[in-house]
Amino acid sequence: MAGKMTIMMWSGTVDKLLPLSIITTGAAATDMEVTIFLTFYGLLAFKKEMVKSNQKYSKDFEELIPLVKDRQKLTNGYASWYDMLKKAKATGKVKIKACSGACDLVGITKDDLDPIVDEVVGIGIYIAEASESQVTLFI
Amino acid sequence: MSGLNLTADKVVDARGTSCPGPLLETKIAITTIPIGAVLETISSDPGTKADIPVWANKLGHEYLGTVEENGYWRIYVRRKK
Repeated sequence: MAGKMTIMMWSGTVDKLLPLSIITTGAAATDMEVTIFLTFYGLLAFKKEMVKSNQKYSKDFEELIPLVKDRQKLTNGYASWYDMLKKAKATGKVKIKACSGACDLVGITKDDLDPIVDEVVGIGIYIAEASESQVTLFI
Repeated sequence: MSGLNLTADKVVDARGTSCPGPLLETKIAITTIPIGAVLETISSDPGTKADIPVWANKLGHEYLGTVEENGYWRIYVRRKK
């Protein structure tokens, strides 16, 4: 009934981290099991010093950034993708896993990552979990 | 939906929270009421009134109806399991 969702989080800009938190929260509220895999810029966004200080936005819609930032200050709940994701995690339905190959590439270990990240795993785990998911996303 | 005459056993006031805040609040609150009891979610997010009936159906709860107020909605769900 509830099902499973697997998300490959490749991006590390706030305008993509926010939708990650929204989708994850919606799925967790519907009792789905959600696994988020972090790779490349998505991995860097979960470094301890980055989760709260990240101000990077996609360059594709650069002219919209000031508007989005202003609205974020006004809109309760959209101010912090990190706080929203933490709340979704509190349901017990969400696991966050870091890709071991990407950790190697950028020279970081589990200790460099925020405690919201559960573990460092290989691509085999992603393939196994994605194979049994009804919903898979690449962000 | 006029004529909806319901007394909620618990009320979650999620006004001012953006989607998916009210949905998560609803999900957390419904586990705190007994089976058969009614939960009322108050939301100012226009997405919530469409989300909660679908959510309730997926989780096996009973959507009872929505009352539109000025700038917000009262949405009623009966916990079924």
